[in-house]
Amino acid sequence: MKQDKIIGAILLLVALSAISGLGLITVFIFREGVPIILRLGARQFFLSTDWEPSLGKFGILSMIGGSLAVTVGAAAIGVVFSLGLAIVLTQFSPPGLSAALKPLIELLAGIPSVVYGFVGVVTLVPLIRHTLGGPGLSVLAASIVLGIMILPTVTSIAIDALQAVSPTYLEGSIALGATRWQTVTMVILRAARSGIVAAVILGMGRAIGETMAVIMVAGNALEVPHSLLDPVRTLTSNIALEMGYASGAHRQALFATGVTLFVIITLLNIAALGFSRRRPARSRVG
Amino acid sequence: MLSTRFILRALGVTLVTLVTCVGCDSASRRSVGLLGSTSLQPFAEVLGEHYAKKTPGQFVEVQGGGSTAGLQAASHGLADIGMCSRALTAEEIRHFTPILIARDGLAIVVNAENPVVGLSLGQLRALFAGRVLNWKDVGGKDGPVRPITREEGSGTRESFVRLVMGDDRISRRALTQESNGAVKELVKGDLSAIGYMSLGLVGNELKALRVDNVQPTVKNVLAGSYTLVRPLLFVTKGAPGPAAQKFVDFVLSPEGQGLLEAEGLVRAR
Repeated sequence: MKQDKIIGAILLLVALSAISGLGLITVFIFREGVPIILRLGARQFFLSTDWEPSLGKFGILSMIGGSLAVTVGAAAIGVVFSLGLAIVLTQFSPPGLSAALKPLIELLAGIPSVVYGFVGVVTLVPLIRHTLGGPGLSVLAASIVLGIMILPTVTSIAIDALQAVSPTYLEGSIALGATRWQTVTMVILRAARSGIVAAVILGMGRAIGETMAVIMVAGNALEVPHSLLDPVRTLTSNIALEMGYASGAHRQALFATGVTLFVIITLLNIAALGFSRRRPARSRVG
Repeated sequence: MLSTRFILRALGVTLVTLVTCVGCDSASRRSVGLLGSTSLQPFAEVLGEHYAKKTPGQFVEVQGGGSTAGLQAASHGLADIGMCSRALTAEEIRHFTPILIARDGLAIVVNAENPVVGLSLGQLRALFAGRVLNWKDVGGKDGPVRPITREEGSGTRESFVRLVMGDDRISRRALTQESNGAVKELVKGDLSAIGYMSLGLVGNELKALRVDNVQPTVKNVLAGSYTLVRPLLFVTKGAPGPAAQKFVDFVLSPEGQGLLEAEGLVRAR
């Protein structure tokens, strides 16, 4: 039994060291990034679109706009397909088909992001350039690539949410004479609503944090995009593009970009957690 | 109890592996490490391969990362030699020893189907600053101009800014790509694009423009008539170590210089 305690202590230590890693990263990012925000002033940093590190100008508004545009676009595309998949797999498909399709969707999550980016550059970007015009590298290209990339995340959480709906709802609705489709749209989707919202928010968190694929297909121009066909630079690509070279204030400004991203993603996760917590209570009360 | 013992043993094994691996780094370092400019990277790889073939037991490891990253690596000892594809700043010259290994023309590239064959330096500057937005204003077909630039801190970008832009800033609408290869890929597929890259990397799928009526060729760079030229440097902090020095000697030898010339660069002297 004494041995058990030792093992317990060791495992606790290992677990804590993983979490303390998170803590250290947080402290480090904030320590490196916050001073320059304070020095420039939050207004200068967050509300200026002027990013010219060699002239000491660090305004990240266009990158914030870029990240939001791409993320919303990815969510719009990803949600349509994910939700459709989740509904089909839980409500309409024979068990054999779901069992075959689910692992395939999860396989999508295992493909490295650089592969998504490469496929995007080679196929999607020229397609957009030739059919819709513009440089091809654009908000649209990034949204489509990211929309596919968040598909597995959103789908699997949405499936969990739909499966968590009590079967009595389904039976009750059918017994009242509703068709299967009416039951899905009017009863099951509503009961699973908060879980689905959580799935979408987590998908957005994944999209906003994605870097490699976005660098390859978004074009990385510093201008605020005016249309879906304009190139755009996101917060993540700004860090990844310039971190290798940066020193001094430029480096700090990139850490401050990281702080911004950190705060946005934390907020998204808190929101997702809030929504997913509400689910059990809701489905019990109806 | 058996399982606890197993876990303890596993932890022990992990610990031993971690400790012994601290030593394995220094044991395998019979190589020369280069890090830096992505413009220099492919040339350094060619040199490294020939060098390794000629001197058995010696290896050359080449990594990209960019010119400024190369300088940082040289200063922190992460690499034996930093590769830098731009002139050092006054500040940097005080900290590093630069070795000129070759010179490189900076080619202005457009799509092969773009009818424009040449631009003046002023037109070039206007295109990249975003003052001229249509190709027909510089003698091309009616259509938008899409300048493609490199990321902040790239040696190619800094050389371009120094040689072409003067006090102008590169347009914020310019697409930013993070390697010569990505610029090349984009220009190859886009009729409206204009970019800049190492002359040695242009290949034959893109069109390199005349600048102020001078064709960008190795000959014109050597003659001094093509003016968009930048130095390619190996940079060390203090004197290079013996293994690094041997590699540098090889690169500066007629054989090494010949290899660089065959790859499209211009010899150092």
